[in-house]
Amino acid sequence: MGRSLKKGPFTADHLMEKVERLNSTREKRVIKTWSRSSTIVPQMVGHTISVHNGKIHIPVFVTENMVGHKLGEFSPTRTFKGHSGQEKSVVK
Amino acid sequence: MARISGIDLPRDKRIEMGLTYIYGIGLPTAQKILERAGIDPNTRVKNLTEDEEKKLRDAIDGQVRVEGDLRREVAGHIKRLTDIGCYRGVRHRRGLPVRGQRTKTNARTRKGPKKTVGAKKKATTAPKK
Repeated sequence: MGRSLKKGPFTADHLMEKVERLNSTREKRVIKTWSRSSTIVPQMVGHTISVHNGKIHIPVFVTENMVGHKLGEFSPTRTFKGHSGQEKSVVK
Repeated sequence: MARISGIDLPRDKRIEMGLTYIYGIGLPTAQKILERAGIDPNTRVKNLTEDEEKKLRDAIDGQVRVEGDLRREVAGHIKRLTDIGCYRGVRHRRGLPVRGQRTKTNARTRKGPKKTVGAKKKATTAPKK
């Protein structure tokens, strides 16, 4: 089920605070976060946010198209490189 | 010959069903279109008059997104997902199920026909990274 519109999109407060601070001082710095479930909101566009994948922080440069997705969608938690002996798959 | 949105409709079927041969029109949409055009859903496609055909075309054009337009729209959505590099985009790129289905077995619709991965290769191949 979708989230109630009344509440608006969920974004962790601590993350929003940092984003707003960067916005008000007009500086760009990488923000580290563990909050994968936070929705990307328009204020974040143009920032680079390092999203934890359980092991490391993966830097995500937020573009306009990403608004509405969750941060976690851009930081894959699994690494699958293919099975041994399998021919190189066609897709990139 | 009834040609609507660049598709030939099957001649012997009821128009209600015939319309569903157009990409983007299923049974509910077909029924709605017929209602709007004021055509009996039981008419056979071959029995449609020129006038009725025209009415159908008017009822579809500009109101229902079908065929090429629709395909392009869907492809555009997928392209957006792959371009921003989100999880769903990656799944599309790899040709794997997008909505969290299991892939240990099944998932053949996305993965295509079975490719057996043999265990016959021996020491000759260097282990992959």
